[in-house]
Amino acid sequence: MYQFNFQPVFGNLDLLLYGAWLTVRLSLMAMVLGLVVSVLGAVAKTSGIRPLRWLVDVYVEVIRNTPFLVQIFFIFFGLPAAGISLSPNTAALVALVVNVGAYGTEIIRAGIESIPRGQIEAGRALGLSPAQIFRYVVMVPALRNIYPSLTSQFIYLMLTSSVVSVISANDLASAGADLNARTFASFEIYLVLTILYFVLALGFSTLFAAIRRAFFTYPASR
Amino acid sequence: MIREFSSADILFIVSAVRWTLILSVIAFLGGAIGGLAVALARTAQGRLRRRIAAGFIQVFQGTPLLMQLFLVYFGLAVLGLPIDPLLAAAVALTLHASAYLGEIWRGAIEAVPPGQTEAAVALSLSYRDRMRHVVLPQAMRLATAPTVGFLVQLIKGTSLASIIGFTELTRAGQIINNATFKPFLVFGTVAALYFVLCWPLSLLARHMEARMRLAITR
Repeated sequence: MYQFNFQPVFGNLDLLLYGAWLTVRLSLMAMVLGLVVSVLGAVAKTSGIRPLRWLVDVYVEVIRNTPFLVQIFFIFFGLPAAGISLSPNTAALVALVVNVGAYGTEIIRAGIESIPRGQIEAGRALGLSPAQIFRYVVMVPALRNIYPSLTSQFIYLMLTSSVVSVISANDLASAGADLNARTFASFEIYLVLTILYFVLALGFSTLFAAIRRAFFTYPASR
Repeated sequence: MIREFSSADILFIVSAVRWTLILSVIAFLGGAIGGLAVALARTAQGRLRRRIAAGFIQVFQGTPLLMQLFLVYFGLAVLGLPIDPLLAAAVALTLHASAYLGEIWRGAIEAVPPGQTEAAVALSLSYRDRMRHVVLPQAMRLATAPTVGFLVQLIKGTSLASIIGFTELTRAGQIINNATFKPFLVFGTVAALYFVLCWPLSLLARHMEARMRLAITR
């Protein structure tokens, strides 16, 4: 009969909570930078410049059709061969941004293409500058349209970030792995880790719902 | 000892593709059975069954696949079973696939117009016949594109089985990299092989989705 022993977990809960904070920080950074990459990628893809579009297509298809684990191995172990050496934490962030950028590019492209042409022409007729049209007529409505898919992609990114523990970058999963190496209470540790990730996922979806209410509702519906 | 990267190494990596495929097939078949059960429970009359199915989906979609793999792997020891990476990976990926397919298929079942069910009830078809001959065939048409899309996610997901020590494509790459230390070449090859498996499926899913959209808007 298996004897459960949660003492190592609750005795070191501070380590796990600190790990959870590192995962939150890493995910938030990856979301913000990933959003920038996604917007740039989507703009490049909807631009008329053909080589640029082709380049973004290759990036999106390669990333979406290979596992994140292989991508992070390639970035962490492979790039030093090309003279680019990254610390585990930097490699983790780069890999997450590159990964979420590809999915985000596709999502935001769909959002931009959902804006009717007439709306852009209306903006022009009102005498808005190209920058104003891009911001108020294209990007904000586009983001509003694709907000649910973008944020569920972000939550998926937070869950995927647990994989960065394999290159011993600092996060919740690696805090658990360290604890496991010291105490061998494996099942108990991973049970609590899983619960913590679940709580983080709920936390992020609450946060995204609040952001949506604050920034992405139509004035009429306030 | 670091040795040269040879054609035997490439062969070793390429032949590991079969374990990735075997694991994907097991998880997909298991997930199809589990997913159907989850989708039917999620759309059932009984409130308790709906709640349980919803909870199952939420837990498996709200936690990392890596944690699910570890939990099943160490959970085998808790149950007094021998720890076997293939068994653990197969079970964890099956549960994972059941939740995702269950959610996809729930959507497809709910998208079948309610009049269809009402007509079947009026014809006094049993629940079984109603599902088998009326609802599911129509739901299946809607579900194929996203199901193929999920298959890509599942194949990529099998790479995580390498972390609990199952030698599939990614782990074969790690083994060769440890011996030859040619990470750029090794992981480039591994990535290319995954791409060859996944890209055609992605294109197929996109193609089916476009056709479906035409069929609906027509």
